[in-house]
Amino acid sequence: MPPAEAREFVRRRRGRNVALLVALVALCLIFYGLSMVKLAAAH
Amino acid sequence: MNSIASRPTEADLALPGTLGAEARDWLNLLKPRVVSLVVFTGAAGLFIAPGRIHPFVAFIAILCIAVAAGAAGAINMWYDRDIDALMRRTAKRPIVNGRIAPADALGFGIVLSFASVILMWLATNAVAAAVLALSIAFYVFIYTMWLKRSTPQNIVIGGAAGAFPPIIGWAAVTGDIGVMPLVLFAIVFLWTPPHFWALSLYACKDYARAGVPMLPVTHGAAHTRRQIVLYTVLLSAATLLPVALRLTGPVYDVSAVLLDIGFLVFSWRVLRDRQDAEGVSLTNDKPARQTFRYSLAYLALLFLAVMIDHLVG
Repeated sequence: MPPAEAREFVRRRRGRNVALLVALVALCLIFYGLSMVKLAAAH
Repeated sequence: MNSIASRPTEADLALPGTLGAEARDWLNLLKPRVVSLVVFTGAAGLFIAPGRIHPFVAFIAILCIAVAAGAAGAINMWYDRDIDALMRRTAKRPIVNGRIAPADALGFGIVLSFASVILMWLATNAVAAAVLALSIAFYVFIYTMWLKRSTPQNIVIGGAAGAFPPIIGWAAVTGDIGVMPLVLFAIVFLWTPPHFWALSLYACKDYARAGVPMLPVTHGAAHTRRQIVLYTVLLSAATLLPVALRLTGPVYDVSAVLLDIGFLVFSWRVLRDRQDAEGVSLTNDKPARQTFRYSLAYLALLFLAVMIDHLVG
């Protein structure tokens, strides 16, 4: 792979990794929030 | 292992662009403008439902409706990429331009579809999740893969897919399906044909080039103009159902009547547009364009009236 293409590939891959991280953190927060709401409702 | 993991996909090697541009492509895959109206009708169903729902759970329910609608849109773009390339209106979509690989788009759509349904089930109840799953399946399998390319009734029957959100929103609160969300379903269902036929009148050549059997392509513009008026009358009758059933108050009742009069006037103008012997417009379809824009405002304002009416009632 030519250097310019490799750089572009790495940059895109990093961007997708960041997007995946954001999605996973968002999911954690959603499940935490839902757990808290359901626990509060149960009491 | 590493060499497989780091092997570039088709999309990795697509046209170079900024990360922001790539994120925008993925966002466009979710048809954000369509999603915004879907979310609004879903939120209305949730807002007017009897019972209580925690604001955080309500937010998650609306998020699930948005993500599911976007996911169905992504799968639709994956399936329709061949005809999208032939239509001016859709030729710049990210899959058509090669900025997102078709397989990536399909995977994205499938993952988001399952995630939205599972999350809806965990956050609310099985009824809301089941109707959400049904709406995705209806849009993907019944409308996109079956009706769209096979019958001029495609958007009449397929309109049901976009009419589910008020039911989903209502079910997220109550766990069942009442009369009012069914009436709202009927309103969106009957709104869809005049909305899309107005668009198809001025995008007729696009649809013909792509071989999509929209009504103006198969039955001509004159017939489509009559059908727009007919369905607008049916839509107006449906919007007055809550009035007849005493489900709403004066805010909705007055708003519905005024909005209906407006829609009927616009559709009448489409019918009376200056046209040749075959019904093709001689005014560059100005009334049809105005009707399409009005129909968008119509639905948003009607559902806004439903919510305000509930708030003050």
